[in-house]
Amino acid sequence: MAPLNHAKDGLGSIVMTTVEDFLRWGRSNSLWPLTFGLACCAIEMMSAQDSDYDMARFGSEIFRPTPRQADLMIVAGTVCKRMAPRIKTLFEQMAEPRYVIAMGACTINGGPYQYTYSVVHGVDKIIPVDVHVPGCPPTPEALLQGLIKLQRAIRSREGRPRPVPFSPAELSEASRS
Amino acid sequence: MSILTDLQERSPAGVLQVGALDDGKPLMRVAPQALPQIAGAAKELGFAHLACITGVDYPDEHEIEVIYNLYNYDQRENLVLKARTSRDEARLPSVSGVWRAALFLERETYDLLGVRFEGHPDLKRILLPEPWVGHPLRKDYEMNRQQFVSKGPQGEDVVSFDPQEGW
Amino acid sequence: MAAYQPYTLEAHPEQSDWITLNMGPQHPSTHGVLRLILQLDGEMVRQVEPVIGYLHRSMEKMAENVRYPHFIIECDRADYMANYHYEAAYVRAVEEVAGIAPTPRAQFIRTICLEFDRIQSHLVWLGTYGLDLGALNAFWYGFREREKILDLLQELTGVRMHPNYFRFGGIKADLTPDFERKALALCDLVERKADEYEDFLSRSDTFVMRTQGVGPMPREMAIDWGVTGPNARASGLDFDLRRDEPYFAYGELDFEVPVRTEGDCYARYVVRMEEVRQSVRLIRQALDQLPQGPIIPAGLEKGYQFLVHPTGEHYAHVEEPRGEIGIYLVGDGSTFPYRVKMRSPCFQNLSVLPELMRDCLIADCVAINGSLDLVMGCVDR
Repeated sequence: MAPLNHAKDGLGSIVMTTVEDFLRWGRSNSLWPLTFGLACCAIEMMSAQDSDYDMARFGSEIFRPTPRQADLMIVAGTVCKRMAPRIKTLFEQMAEPRYVIAMGACTINGGPYQYTYSVVHGVDKIIPVDVHVPGCPPTPEALLQGLIKLQRAIRSREGRPRPVPFSPAELSEASRS
Repeated sequence: MSILTDLQERSPAGVLQVGALDDGKPLMRVAPQALPQIAGAAKELGFAHLACITGVDYPDEHEIEVIYNLYNYDQRENLVLKARTSRDEARLPSVSGVWRAALFLERETYDLLGVRFEGHPDLKRILLPEPWVGHPLRKDYEMNRQQFVSKGPQGEDVVSFDPQEGW
Repeated sequence: MAAYQPYTLEAHPEQSDWITLNMGPQHPSTHGVLRLILQLDGEMVRQVEPVIGYLHRSMEKMAENVRYPHFIIECDRADYMANYHYEAAYVRAVEEVAGIAPTPRAQFIRTICLEFDRIQSHLVWLGTYGLDLGALNAFWYGFREREKILDLLQELTGVRMHPNYFRFGGIKADLTPDFERKALALCDLVERKADEYEDFLSRSDTFVMRTQGVGPMPREMAIDWGVTGPNARASGLDFDLRRDEPYFAYGELDFEVPVRTEGDCYARYVVRMEEVRQSVRLIRQALDQLPQGPIIPAGLEKGYQFLVHPTGEHYAHVEEPRGEIGIYLVGDGSTFPYRVKMRSPCFQNLSVLPELMRDCLIADCVAINGSLDLVMGCVDR
């Protein structure tokens, strides 16, 4: 359990822990995604919002078009080099706490576009990613599973794992070992 | 075929070869400088639809071939024009004065193959960022030498060969 | 014809109080990564410059480095709203150059897939167009029927999107035993619902006011700028590749091609809704006339697809929900294609966008952009 340093007596710790648990619960159940579809996965993301799969029952009621009002960025689609700086700008415009779901094979490692001159191999080279959802495209159920994983991770006391993007030197060393 | 003979009558000097493709479509190889004139004549004959401009790189022959697929909506007829230009000085006259569909198609051929279309009012890259070096669909484009894109202060694209300076 | 003027602010030095507004690559109404740089004079749009390439996945270069059957996967992902149509164009091109004759049963099943694909694409267009114009309901309704179509196609091909279903000479798998009954039931449902959706949008004053008279495109402009498909048919061009240059089983089926003359956003909407009904008619006829037989010629099953090495050139075109897709294939007899050029209908439809948006209001920009039904995967390839 993560150490708390709010109050010296046990009663204060219990209060603040409960308040923090409550805040985490609220945050996880009201993740508002950014309307950020790039390519084919965006259509499956839209299918996840429709009445058959209904992402709204997990709290993602509205998709906000502006990053200032969103706290979840579902990167759905191939990340091209020309779009990469814009993704970084959008991520930086979101207010903390902010989360990223990388949806689809293209955002995980480039997907089918390995030998191209214009595709970034994975969105975690640009922004830190919390949950990767594999598939090409992932079915709406897979995206919902990714969303539930993220919600559970937010609610957990250990905090959610947020991997730091690897530098190219670390990547090449890891592939040699 | 009658279309080819009509076109040949209008500008006999520019026509290099007449024939047909394997699938039966009438084919005419034209000299580059006669291209706008023949294009105008084709449009007058009813070929109002420019379906496709394809550029093909033939490094063994040191040439780039540009293929124009035309279609006549009224008579339901096809026509294929081909023009060749050298790889080093790839230039062709633009047909955007005849068909506006050529505006974007010629920009794309310039972007990916490096063929300059003289007379095009707005010839700049369309799919790749403006400062990109090289023309990817050429057979000798170095795929191992990646270029990386970042954003400049005015929001414009900045391209460099250094992986630390972009994605 | 007047000379074409490129869009620059320097052309109008006296208009220094024009505002440059960026409708950036991330925008809820651009339907993908399209960037529009608008020059505004108050509320009126004077010039528009579209900037594309934010989804350029270099598919034409990849075609030269993957084998012929592998490129079918790339074709799926080009226009992700009309997966089967791009596959169909590529498969047609290879079959023509290699001299492969597809089996009759495969031709009919391909036609059924293409028409279901057209219906689901138009339903998505309807949903997102209504969403753009404020009719949020249209989004839920359009996607509801689309889910049923995708379920049916998933039974047939195994996936909802990117099916990789067409093969040279035929298709991957035959119809499931229950397919015909389910398809006919779905046709009845789609027909009823199409009437319902057209009714509730056409009787909505807001929708009609926002689309009638907005973004008119004359017939000559559509032909000259290379616009094809429902956008051109709404402007009076009576041409449909399925009827006029038939391929697959369309030559044996009977259907009408909806054509309007007004050329505004409302006409494009009406044409698409009517196309949904004609697609239902085509599916019913195709299921009725479906011949028995093999789905792929002998000697081309599974791994033998890799032995197809065509030599020659051909331009194959197919009528997609957005217009004419063309694949210009240059084969030199080796394992990899020499050149594959993808003629994208959305690329041409986008080129006419600045002309349509001249002197319109900002709100009309959204209506015009949505009515052209652009898919950026198809534009940028």
